Amino acid sequence: MNSKTDSNKTVIVIGNGMVGHKFIDTMIARGEHLSWNVVTFCEEPRLAYDRVYLSSFFAGKTAEDLSLLPRPTFYAENGITVHLGSKVVSIDKAAKTVTSSTGEVLSYDKLVLATGSFPFVPPVTGRDATGCFVYRTIEDLVAMQRHATTSKVGVVIGGGLLGLECASALKNMGLETHVVEFASRLMTVQVDDGGGAILKRKIESMGVKVHLNRNTSEIVKTADGRIDKMTFIDPVTQKPAGELKTDMIVFSAGIRPRDELGKQAGLAMGERGGINVDDHCVTSDADILAIGECALYKNRIYGLVAPGYHMATVAVDTITKKPEPLTFTGFDMSTKLKLMGVDVGSFGDAMGATPGCHIASFTDSNAEVYRKLVLSADRKQLLGGVLIGDTSAYGSLHQFMLNRVALPANPEDLILPARSGAKPTGLGVECLPDSATICSCHNVTKGTICSAIDTRELREVSDIKSCTKAGTGCGSCVSLVKDLLKDTLKKKGITVVNHLCEHFAHSRQELASLVRLGKLKTFDALLAKHGTGEGCEICKPTVGSIMASTWNEHILETKHAPLQDTNDRFLANMQRDGTYSVVPRVPGGEITADQLICLGTVAKKYNLYSKITGGQRVDLFGARVEQLPLIWEELLKVGFESGHAYGKALRTVKSCVGSTWCRYGVQDSVGFAIKVENRYKGLRSPHKLKGGVSGCARECAEAQSKDFGIIATENGYNLYVCGNGGMKPQHAQLLAADLTEAACLTLIDRFLMFYIRTADRLERTATWFNKLDGGIDYLKDVVIADKLGICAELDSEMAQIVATYQDEWRTAVETPEKRRQFRAFINSSDQDPTIVMIEERGQIRPAFFEEKAPNIDRLMEV
Amino acid sequence: MITSPSPTLTWHTVCTVGDITPNTGAAALIGKRQIAVIRVVDRAGGEKFYGLSNWCPFAQAMVISRGIVGSKGDIPKIASPIYKQSFDLKSGQCLDDPSVSIPTYQTRVADGFIQIAL
Ligand code: SRM
Ligand SMILES: Cc1cc2nc3c(=O)[nH]c(=O)nc-3n(C[C@H](O)[C@H](O)[C@H](O)COP(=O)(O)OP(=O)(O)OC[C@H]3O[C@@H](n4cnc5c(N)ncnc54)[C@H](O)[C@@H]3O)c2cc1C
Ligand code: SF4
Ligand code: FES
Repeated sequence: MNSKTDSNKTVIVIGNGMVGHKFIDTMIARGEHLSWNVVTFCEEPRLAYDRVYLSSFFAGKTAEDLSLLPRPTFYAENGITVHLGSKVVSIDKAAKTVTSSTGEVLSYDKLVLATGSFPFVPPVTGRDATGCFVYRTIEDLVAMQRHATTSKVGVVIGGGLLGLECASALKNMGLETHVVEFASRLMTVQVDDGGGAILKRKIESMGVKVHLNRNTSEIVKTADGRIDKMTFIDPVTQKPAGELKTDMIVFSAGIRPRDELGKQAGLAMGERGGINVDDHCVTSDADILAIGECALYKNRIYGLVAPGYHMATVAVDTITKKPEPLTFTGFDMSTKLKLMGVDVGSFGDAMGATPGCHIASFTDSNAEVYRKLVLSADRKQLLGGVLIGDTSAYGSLHQFMLNRVALPANPEDLILPARSGAKPTGLGVECLPDSATICSCHNVTKGTICSAIDTRELREVSDIKSCTKAGTGCGSCVSLVKDLLKDTLKKKGITVVNHLCEHFAHSRQELASLVRLGKLKTFDALLAKHGTGEGCEICKPTVGSIMASTWNEHILETKHAPLQDTNDRFLANMQRDGTYSVVPRVPGGEITADQLICLGTVAKKYNLYSKITGGQRVDLFGARVEQLPLIWEELLKVGFESGHAYGKALRTVKSCVGSTWCRYGVQDSVGFAIKVENRYKGLRSPHKLKGGVSGCARECAEAQSKDFGIIATENGYNLYVCGNGGMKPQHAQLLAADLTEAACLTLIDRFLMFYIRTADRLERTATWFNKLDGGIDYLKDVVIADKLGICAELDSEMAQIVATYQDEWRTAVETPEKRRQFRAFINSSDQDPTIVMIEERGQIRPAFFEEKAPNIDRLMEV
Repeated sequence: MITSPSPTLTWHTVCTVGDITPNTGAAALIGKRQIAVIRVVDRAGGEKFYGLSNWCPFAQAMVISRGIVGSKGDIPKIASPIYKQSFDLKSGQCLDDPSVSIPTYQTRVADGFIQIAL
């Protein structure tokens, strides 16, 4: 616990947004919270969260995922006083007090304004219509999401960075999406006309309609106050310029500082708003500081998080009177982002405003790539640049600019595609000095990262992130961090190994390729070529699974049976007493009365415990190994097939009742779930696979918690991938929207096969996804845009698996040499006497050892 | 490989060699005793049989014969199917916990039949 005393000074931080949190976090990191009473007012209903990644809320991230606090109790643990959901309404700078919306009056020694900004809504008639939104807080997004369920068309006013991000969100919600921009190009701040044109083309090719040179003149409402349409005028001619029917409008026309407290307290303000601060982030009142988007430095508002974070550190230095405090002297506004799948980067003097500068640009309208460099008059230094379509060079170019690295003789080569045979000219991370700031959000240098890799033996980017914080802000430096890691490890002579076990010096992914490319069909052949020893319980099931998902032979073939893990070995789930459970497949949860009767009959006949599973089917427990073929014989008769509850394989495709019965259903979710389940049944994979199909957005089948989840829309199906229930629940991500059934199956085919090829052993799709460089966009590149050129292979591999499906249990029951393996004893037809059942709630359960112990001598001898 | 058991032991015939799939096990019942009989065919083609208790002390169930056969270094082993602890096929020593071991039994092949000494 910390030892605060009443004599501690008090600092009040108004606003617990990204920058306010950074201030408190820095106080804590420096131990200053022990000598200060730190108090914060947080107007929003939750503590600081990552606004930069706000859009990922639509992709399934929760408010908790976005939280910036390492743990919910972080502030409490460190003695920070939080006024949650409470707003400061006035400041009395003479009395040095603040008054909150609940009427509390608190004294401060120092006051930090971190109130951020608010989205600017132009004074258009009708802007109060139902369906008008802004895009700033989680609450805004929740409201948009709700409204979108009853909308078809959505318009974003403003074609800047945020506007495009917002358009992408609308598109993903399945709306017909429009962007309306006042100026003659998109992203006026970051890109020039050449880049703007490529950007527009790219964005339009994704189905978003872009309207340039349009000023919204009115939002026309329906009788019940909803948006009906909007009308435009041409900003140059001021003549009417058409109209657009829409259900939803999001304003993204810039931000304005939340400076109302500054005004009220009589602090010096900018002409167009913003609280004036000096190099130490101090306002016109020596005890009041302002940081983040509410602060105006040299007539400029910095609407990005990195400068805000820098201000927060400066403010901590200032109030704690650090010797040689940091100062704020302006900030590089470079940005790199991915907007709707389009990479955009802009850094330094992107527009070429420096007198005498040279401009080199390169446009490839086929590949839709645009690159521009702004060079100093002597062409020796990089002043800025714009990259669109491909920002792979952003990290290094940006660093060359910041560090004034001397450029090679033909600097334009840096942006030209490499001529065939030539070595890439790119100056790699090794060219950067140790003092180069790699992560500007958290001010982490190359030297800091490299020494962390060295001394703390870091091997993964995620470790570097948690150790140094580099890459945990806007994320634009992650690829540089990765390069640094590779480079540093290479210099140390370390190769990162991911060997499966002592028998194979290969990862699962490598083994899968060796099997596929070498056409190896048995464990022995693979071991002979690529392994040592006799194998073990790690590599054997892994290879068994690879063999099954590549060649699809029966897993109890003599050559495969010894590889199978516990449950696969007897095509049933082994229970703690050595008996088994039996789970027949019930595709989509649809089951006939005859099948239900058969389950009951079998359960009664063999005295099995019956339970409805969490996967929409029935589990019968307590079967002895020798009973399994007998039980299955009866189940097969009424059309049951193996449910693969025992396998790292497709389990269930859960469905809701859908349009057939449900008043809200928009597609036949049961029918499609059955189709999907039947397509992938029997497919073996690195870990189990589960699917779901919901008939509408209410999502009764919980498809977004499945490895692949399908949600019906008016126009088809939205496909989500890589969700997980279980130990660490994770929402699935939208892979594609409004698909036909056939298109949906094609994407699932490719997604699953790609996962099967590349995942580690026992890695569910969610965990695999979390390690995937480039995330969902990369996955889209692979399975939709075919960037790796493997889609045809993936398609045919899945077609092969589907075509060679056999019901494992039918084959096992009908093939004598397989059936023979299901026996209790090799030399006796007795039953295993150590299996003892006890009755509970009218059914059986296996006795615990303590219950058997008194009689154990009668049952066995060891 | 013919070894003679100590005078008090008798050889019990349990099955033919072909009854057990290579590199798997089967359970044999001799009196009240359950024995996991393991048939190992190594990479060089050499064939060996091992007998050990079928009782897994960790799972407290008769399951050892249903485990996966393999090796750790030069030691031939079997992993219990329930919680995956490995046992040395020759000595019954648990390879994950030095304080645990399970009984082993001598085995031999006579005229194509697998026999266990008890
Ligand atoms: C029977 C069932 C519980 C029940 O009575 O409802 C069950 C039983 C087992 N689950 Fe499960 N899970 C069952 C539904 C689920 C669900 C719910 C669902 O599928 O909707 C989940 C969460 C959803 C998910 O998977 O994302 C679930 C998440 C797990 C996990 C955690 C997986 C993860 O990724 O975090 C494990 C452990 C593992 O697989 O490593 C697990 C492992 C197991 C094992 C295999 C444990 C074991 O090795 O013995 C249990 C086998 C029992 C048996 O012998 O049949 N079970 N398990 C359910 C069978 C469903 C079916 O019809 O096939
Ligand atoms: C969708 C979106 C995407 C973005 N993407 C990027 C990006 O890619 N890169 C980038 O650098 N930046 C990005 N930004 C900008 C970035 O989020 C901001 O620069 C950053 O959040 C500014 O932090 P702040 O603390 O100044 O303001 P905020 O995070 O807005 O926090 C201010 C907080 O103060 C509260 N507050 C205001 N007045 C009071 C009061 N009187 N009493 C109590 N509380 C009060 C507000 O409710 C708010 O919670 C993005 C922003 C959005 C909305
Ligand atoms: S939750 Fe645990 S105990 Fe329950 S069925 Fe699943 S694995 Fe078994
Ligand atoms: S630069 Fe923003 S996270 Fe590193």
